[in-house]
Amino acid sequence: MAPKVQVQTTINNEPVQFLCEPRQTLLECLRDVVGLTGTKEGCGDGNCGSCTVKLGDRIVTSCLVLGVEAEGETITTVEGLAHGNTLHPLQKAFLEHAALQCGICTPGFLIAADALLQQHPHPTEDQTRFWLSNNLCRCTGYDKIIRAVQAAAVEINGAPQ
Amino acid sequence: MSVTTYNVIGTRPIRHDGADKVTGRALYGADLQLARMVHGAVLRSPHAHARILRLDTTKAAAHPGVFAVVTAADFPAAPTDKIVDFGEGDTLLSSLRGNILASGKVLYSGHAIAAVAAVNAHVAAEAVALIEVDYEPLPCVLTAPAAMAPGAPLLHEGLDNGNVAETIRHEIGDVAAGFAAATVIVERELDTATVHQGYIEPQNATAFWSSDGRVHIWCSTQGSFVARDASAAVLDIPVSQVKVTPMEIGGGFGGKINVYLEPVAALLSKKAGRPVKMVMSRRDVFTGTGPTPGSRVRVKIGVDAAGKITAAQAWLAYEAGAYPGAMVGPGAMTVFACYNIENVLIEGFDVVVNKPSTAAYRAPGAPNSALATETVLDEIAEKLGVDPLELRLRNAAKEGTRRADGPRYKRIGCVEVIEAMRASAHYNAPLPGPSCGRGVAIGYWFNIGLPSSATLSVNADGTVNLIEGSTDIGGSRTSLSMQAAEVLGIRAEDVHPTIVDTDSVGYTGVTGGSRTTFATGLAVYEAAQDVVTQMKARAAKLWATEEVEFANGTFSSGSNNLSFAQLAAQLGATGGPVVGSAAVNPRGAGGSVAGLIIDLKVDPETGKTEVLRVTSVQDAGKAIHPAYVEGQMQGGTAQGIGWALNEEYFMDASGEMRNGSYLDYRMPTALDLPMIETIIVEVPNPGHPFGVRGVGEANIVPPLPAVANALYRAIGRRLHSVPMNPASILNL
Repeated sequence: MAPKVQVQTTINNEPVQFLCEPRQTLLECLRDVVGLTGTKEGCGDGNCGSCTVKLGDRIVTSCLVLGVEAEGETITTVEGLAHGNTLHPLQKAFLEHAALQCGICTPGFLIAADALLQQHPHPTEDQTRFWLSNNLCRCTGYDKIIRAVQAAAVEINGAPQ
Repeated sequence: MSVTTYNVIGTRPIRHDGADKVTGRALYGADLQLARMVHGAVLRSPHAHARILRLDTTKAAAHPGVFAVVTAADFPAAPTDKIVDFGEGDTLLSSLRGNILASGKVLYSGHAIAAVAAVNAHVAAEAVALIEVDYEPLPCVLTAPAAMAPGAPLLHEGLDNGNVAETIRHEIGDVAAGFAAATVIVERELDTATVHQGYIEPQNATAFWSSDGRVHIWCSTQGSFVARDASAAVLDIPVSQVKVTPMEIGGGFGGKINVYLEPVAALLSKKAGRPVKMVMSRRDVFTGTGPTPGSRVRVKIGVDAAGKITAAQAWLAYEAGAYPGAMVGPGAMTVFACYNIENVLIEGFDVVVNKPSTAAYRAPGAPNSALATETVLDEIAEKLGVDPLELRLRNAAKEGTRRADGPRYKRIGCVEVIEAMRASAHYNAPLPGPSCGRGVAIGYWFNIGLPSSATLSVNADGTVNLIEGSTDIGGSRTSLSMQAAEVLGIRAEDVHPTIVDTDSVGYTGVTGGSRTTFATGLAVYEAAQDVVTQMKARAAKLWATEEVEFANGTFSSGSNNLSFAQLAAQLGATGGPVVGSAAVNPRGAGGSVAGLIIDLKVDPETGKTEVLRVTSVQDAGKAIHPAYVEGQMQGGTAQGIGWALNEEYFMDASGEMRNGSYLDYRMPTALDLPMIETIIVEVPNPGHPFGVRGVGEANIVPPLPAVANALYRAIGRRLHSVPMNPASILNL
């Protein structure tokens, strides 16, 4: 077992230091070391998107990033989306549109959709489907997820011109 | 049809667990952290069929950081012919245990052999790699037809007939006479590949075997009581010695009813003296849990010149996987379930093969058989020059229709579903262009009852707390709370539901069989009625009267009126708390018919199919929360489309799954599907006070044949095996 490494990060706007083995993924570190279990593991090989987090200015599947790679980085997880007790418009839209059934994929979808709306304030249905195609949902058939993301876009950015 | 007006039922409140699930606070099985907890890992067979000659765990046990190692030898002795039953049919204890940890032989690639508990999952995996096994590989057999052939390798000693574990036969009327009276007869044979439920959350279990002898299990399960009873049976301890705490569950679709890790984690914990957590990898989920059977189904249907079915015959062979129990029973019962046919012969075969032991998957067995029936009917409609929905309507099952396996239907919505399909905007819209095809199909699923229990306690502020035992996969906390709210005349938000452990609520069957909103809903309804009865007595006491009415949330007698909340505030002064409870074992489950209309476009150069438009139609009986009914229909449709077009276990000749990752198994993504239109039909189930039938399953039955029929319209030729992927379309 290699000695543990100290990693300094900012997670959800708070400075966080953690110790991890070099072989531990960022996903493991978030869940098992830092205790932020909102980020989920569905496959461990980057194909389901359940572990999607924002790392710096891009979104990553945190199962494919090592914990030590997060040194100096800024990370946003699902726990960081709401402002205090006020839900993010995407979180609200997911509830109002019944866009989750079991909810295991929801954290990854929310982080990915947030990044989508920052890049495309008014995504078309095709853009939304393309962007979210790295996130698997087995319960909903995606219909209500797509509608929720598009409703949140209007909520956040107003009706498209 | 009488129309009942409801206050809560039919509305779309926010789900009670919603905030927790969108903020990451909801705790699923893998999220559990306990003091002193260690982590388990499983050794799995690389061979599809082999004798275990030597199993040596010495080096693994000696690896630094390892706390315990277990094999099948650690199961307590029990008679090999002991039969266990957890409410959904009986199983040999030896089969149940054999699938959890192999003994003597391994029967599929992925079969669990031994397990290790270590300080963390990495060390556990290192230790698993140190376990030494000598195998004597044996020839494997991977499909039902091959396993039924003379001279096929045998998996088990003592089955009835080689690898055939069970033969089913249903017969009514005289099929020979029926076919003689037919003017058109079509017979086809269709194959389906093994597919997986594909729930995103891998199986997990944490167990702690306490020094007082009690075993506490935390897991993501569709049925906490089934997990308790099955674990107790495998461990040979009384059910009361096991407590299962159901964590949030990340999908199941039938695949999280069986136990895999729970008893292993318990055995490891007993040896380690610590809580042991086990979580499967995605590959373990594919190769070590129960997919749905691959199958071969042959269907022959004859019709007269008027389009009336005169006879129907089916032959079904389903792959059980390594142990008996393919879902051929329900496949045989549903193959002609949508139709009123006087002459029927159905034969079904439960065939063991060297693949993972199969499990339930959403209307288990029904999509496989409906594929054959519904494509044969499509061919017949074309030969007769009749609209395919018209042909179905002429033969649709109705109240009083007898199925070949015995039962006569009570009220059933088959005609209503077909008529809704025919009247839909989709069915009446033109096809968008060349290389496009539209297909239709219908399907049936029984839905089940099984026991459920519920408790409601009244709070002084006019709200109620609901205690129940049905794990919530898709919003059932809310569909149950809404039924309590409707009875009590309060808002859905005034009901606070909690799903509790097996020590804390009466026995409750699995969240499966589309039963939760129906059966646990009935328990909640009865518990709410119990509350009303007790509250009426309190009002009678207050008003010194015998007669108290309760309607629309108001208790009244003469000029006296109290709302539910007003009376709730006076419980302390009128005798103390009011707690209503009920335990039910309902017999009135109502079957559901579903239909699908689908438009596809095929690229002639690549064979790729694009899904253009989809409309799912289903009889819900009564839609308690329409958004979650639509969600079930959309989800089942998406799974069915994936099954039809792309998903399969791609096994090599040695029985190894070569696509055991999401990348290669390739379930539908958001980009593969359009919006999924829904039409909810409501033909009330007389067996439920609000008419609920249950909606979780029937919707996955029509997509396979509807896709097949649409592909035929698009490319002009018929494929006879699923998945109907680009390669099979190009090679046609």
